[in-house]
Amino acid sequence: MFGPLTVKPKESKGDKTGSWRTQFRPEYLHKNCIACRMCAMICPEGCVYGKEKNSFWVDFNFCKGCGVCADICPKKDIAMVVEDGKSEEK
Amino acid sequence: MKEFLEGSHAIAEIVKACRPGVVSAYPITPQTHIVEDLAQMVANGELKSEFVNVESEHSAASVVLGGSAAGVRVYTATSSQGLFYMQEVVFNIAGMRLPVVMTCANRAISAPINIWNDQQDSISLRDAGWIQIYAEDNQEAVDFHLLAYRLAEDKRVMLPVMVCMDGFILTHGMETVDIPEQEKVDKFLPPYSPLYKLDPAEPISMGLLADPDYYMETRFAIQETMKESLGYLSEISSEFNGVFGRDYKDLLVEEYQTKDAEKVIVAMGSVCGTIKEAVDQQRAKGKKVGLLRIISFRPFPYARIYEVLKDVPRVAVLDKAVSLGGYAPLSVDVKAALYGKKKGPKVVSSFVAGLGGRDITLESINEVFRRLTAKEVSSDFIDLKPELLKEEYGR
Repeated sequence: MFGPLTVKPKESKGDKTGSWRTQFRPEYLHKNCIACRMCAMICPEGCVYGKEKNSFWVDFNFCKGCGVCADICPKKDIAMVVEDGKSEEK
Repeated sequence: MKEFLEGSHAIAEIVKACRPGVVSAYPITPQTHIVEDLAQMVANGELKSEFVNVESEHSAASVVLGGSAAGVRVYTATSSQGLFYMQEVVFNIAGMRLPVVMTCANRAISAPINIWNDQQDSISLRDAGWIQIYAEDNQEAVDFHLLAYRLAEDKRVMLPVMVCMDGFILTHGMETVDIPEQEKVDKFLPPYSPLYKLDPAEPISMGLLADPDYYMETRFAIQETMKESLGYLSEISSEFNGVFGRDYKDLLVEEYQTKDAEKVIVAMGSVCGTIKEAVDQQRAKGKKVGLLRIISFRPFPYARIYEVLKDVPRVAVLDKAVSLGGYAPLSVDVKAALYGKKKGPKVVSSFVAGLGGRDITLESINEVFRRLTAKEVSSDFIDLKPELLKEEYGR
């Protein structure tokens, strides 16, 4: 008999954050973005997407609310706001 | 071919015949001769294998874990402190269901430092998820390695196997051993084909985080597989007998003069040779005594043991290990096998002998039979020297 043993790449996409997120979530203000991609690069979950200026967004299915994107943003264009409890996206 | 060999060299010969792709080990007495010989075989080109020299047993175990995860047959050997240094990797290997085969040359545990034989090292790792089989003599130790690879790599099992052989008594003992011919080994043990492996073309991850939603099932699966393995041991043993003509029966226990016995000793490993001699001598005097030798300690053959001991009035369990503050480890399992049953022995006494290499002589065994009276005793030490217990420190 075998239990869970191996995991194929990308299978971890099945493990969503659920109720685990901190009480804060990042809000992308889309005002002064210069598309430096620092937020996408530093995200430990790899769940920040976007290409053009002021186009970046977060997949809240995976965001843990760690806040490093807000911290690293050179333009202070990301704010950490109190979780509203309605963020889970399908 | 029958040869007069040192135990360690015989093990190296059979491991060579099993064709492991990766061997990694760190020398520790009394395991050293095994891996020394294997290193020589690799250097001589007799064994085409990657021999990885490492700086510690922790690394040796990690190397064979990695080799096995990459889909290769692997081998390592250790003893005592080395096995304890490997411990976290030992659990990992079982948890990842990798069919690693390891020889444990049984040796006492520090402190005080002691390089001689008892079985405290492997018995302390009984809960790791490894199948543990204990050899009585060098022929068995050789054959058990072949059986170990077959069992470990069986697609229904996929668990590591530890072949335990008493340090010095077997590893450094010279005996005539029939080393199986290469063709027969190849027939009995086909090349290893893994169920899953690390392969860049088809990437997978192994042994990663299992949160409370997943972890329990990994342990349940090993527990169930262990129980099923009781049957597979018998199956593979009979196939072995077909190829090599040596019959280890069900590979779980060996019964020696137990049928009409009034007193039976339960033990594991090389001491059983001495016990058989004592049994023969007592039988010659008309005393109905016998031996039940445990071969497979994990999985533990509870039902088999009950079957053998149910009509025996007095049983002595002889441990070469202790569980300080508790009953001796083998006695705990034997008692559990008998508990709550309709039939069963009136007395199950437990004895501890041979710690740190103290010789277990015929007289020691006779002493066990003498102390096996109507009064049950637990963890009764045999051959203790009371004069050494008079040391005083402080006041």
